[in-house]
Amino acid sequence: MYEIIEGFLEAARLIITLDPDVMAIAARSIIVSFTATIFATLIAVPLGAAINFGTFPGKRSLINLIQTLYALPTVIVGLLIFLLISRVGPFGSLRLLFTPTAMIIAQTVLILPIMTGLTISALSGVDPVIRDTLYSLGATRLQFLTNIMKEARFAILAAVAVGFGRAISEVGAAILVGGNIMASSFMGSTRVLTTAISLETSMGNIPQSIALGIVLLVIALGVNLAITTVQHR
Amino acid sequence: MIELVNVSKRFGDAAVLSSVTGRIEEGEIFAIMGPSGVGKSTLLRLLCLLDTPTGGEIRINGIDIHAKGEQNLRTRRMIGMVFQKPAVFNSTVSENIAVGLWFRGVGKAAIREKVGDALEMVGLAGYGERRARTLSGGEMQRVALARAMVIEPEILLMDEPTANLDPVSVEKIEELARHINRDLGTTIVLSTHDMYQGQRLAHRIGVLMNGGFAQVGTPREVFTVPASRDVARFIGIENIIAGTVVAGGNGTSAIDVGGTRVRARSSFGEGEEVCLCIRSEDMRIVPAVGGEAVLDGNSLPGTVASIVPRGPFSRVTVDCGFTLSSVLSWKVVDDLEIREGSRVVVSFAAESVHVVRATHLHAPGRV
Repeated sequence: MYEIIEGFLEAARLIITLDPDVMAIAARSIIVSFTATIFATLIAVPLGAAINFGTFPGKRSLINLIQTLYALPTVIVGLLIFLLISRVGPFGSLRLLFTPTAMIIAQTVLILPIMTGLTISALSGVDPVIRDTLYSLGATRLQFLTNIMKEARFAILAAVAVGFGRAISEVGAAILVGGNIMASSFMGSTRVLTTAISLETSMGNIPQSIALGIVLLVIALGVNLAITTVQHR
Repeated sequence: MIELVNVSKRFGDAAVLSSVTGRIEEGEIFAIMGPSGVGKSTLLRLLCLLDTPTGGEIRINGIDIHAKGEQNLRTRRMIGMVFQKPAVFNSTVSENIAVGLWFRGVGKAAIREKVGDALEMVGLAGYGERRARTLSGGEMQRVALARAMVIEPEILLMDEPTANLDPVSVEKIEELARHINRDLGTTIVLSTHDMYQGQRLAHRIGVLMNGGFAQVGTPREVFTVPASRDVARFIGIENIIAGTVVAGGNGTSAIDVGGTRVRARSSFGEGEEVCLCIRSEDMRIVPAVGGEAVLDGNSLPGTVASIVPRGPFSRVTVDCGFTLSSVLSWKVVDDLEIREGSRVVVSFAAESVHVVRATHLHAPGRV
């Protein structure tokens, strides 16, 4: 019990004094996951729109598949990307394994299904009368699409937030393709909040783990607050 | 001018419209009336290109708007539509109204001016910067109307625009529809299941029943000379009685209703199966003693079967071989000492009996 209280006090000190190690790891986490979220958004939103507004055979099955992939285990994504970019894999020559780039790719793949699925839900959730109204006001195909997106913007934003949350909190893929390396250069390292917590805990550095855990939660809270503020405006 | 030629629409196995034929003239207010679920909204959606007909043609100014290769966008841009459910975009009132103008690439200054005028017209001046979602249903519907009108459509479609609104909002929307039609010359096609709204607003009414127009005419025509038994029932005629013409000629017929003879003005010939439509307000009920006969009319003795209160009135049903009912004020009922079981005489003029053919109207009514 004493150890845990001690751990929290030390964690508070690490955060208040802006411990350089903790801050570097937190910054890397944000950069990697934020970049992955941007890439995933650029793919998932148009893809979700295409699926939602398109009519093609197997549409229902495709949506079911996407929804199933919400629960895609992070280590499976990690393994898949590992196999693709390891030295013997098809993209081995790019030398991406154990780089932040590899982690960004893995996280992008990981959150793509949930962001696409939630985009589809967001767009299909727009009131049919709103759709009819846009059409009756003389919208071209493009004007129609952009305005439906505009109507669904808050729900799409929520999809982005969910994607970011899943990316920054996953550990399996990050450790498999990142390797949890602490090198001298900032972007040469691949240690992020989750992989660091896992390592520090196994090494018995409980205060460090608690501090990193608190930072992780604060980031998640911050993102959520930002989203809710925008939505309620 | 809008022409509907044998328009039909099926959804899967369900035929909603089987054959709608009619003409809507430029500059008129045309009300599509009919019971719920009869296909009024479907017909408007076909006019607005939100759906395609299964068969037939809809022509606007002579052009089949659903024809392949037809300028779909150009047609859509001459039509404005207000939907039954008040729906606004998640933005300010001004931005809502401006959407159609943005679509048409109208300049900023012109948009500001037109939106201002539109707000003024619907009585929402000063509401421009409000979030549209915070408005009441009636206000939202006025925003929807302003949004449809700001693009200056030639034709305005209104699908039960007041169905979900309070009486004050209903009055405002109706007033606006009248103003838009009269002062801007916009052709308005509206659907309503409220027959009094049709009567208040429309220059002409099309009664939609069984997949087609059962009758098209001025409100006066529809309400005084319904074309069929179904229309008569829809417009609220209380007494609709089946009978057979036993003697006809000179515009008067004697009609046998279960052994009782009724005289009516009609040109139906002997032997024809007909329905008699008699409005309760055209009927008099007096006690059997001292009841005066109506010249050239009907005086039918009978027994009061029931007296049912209805607001400040009583609905008195009389059995005179067949049942007839009329609405009398409480005072009249008291003064005449009418009770259940009383012997009375029901009298009405031959002119008050409107006779229609008895057959149900399954075939589409030609206009």
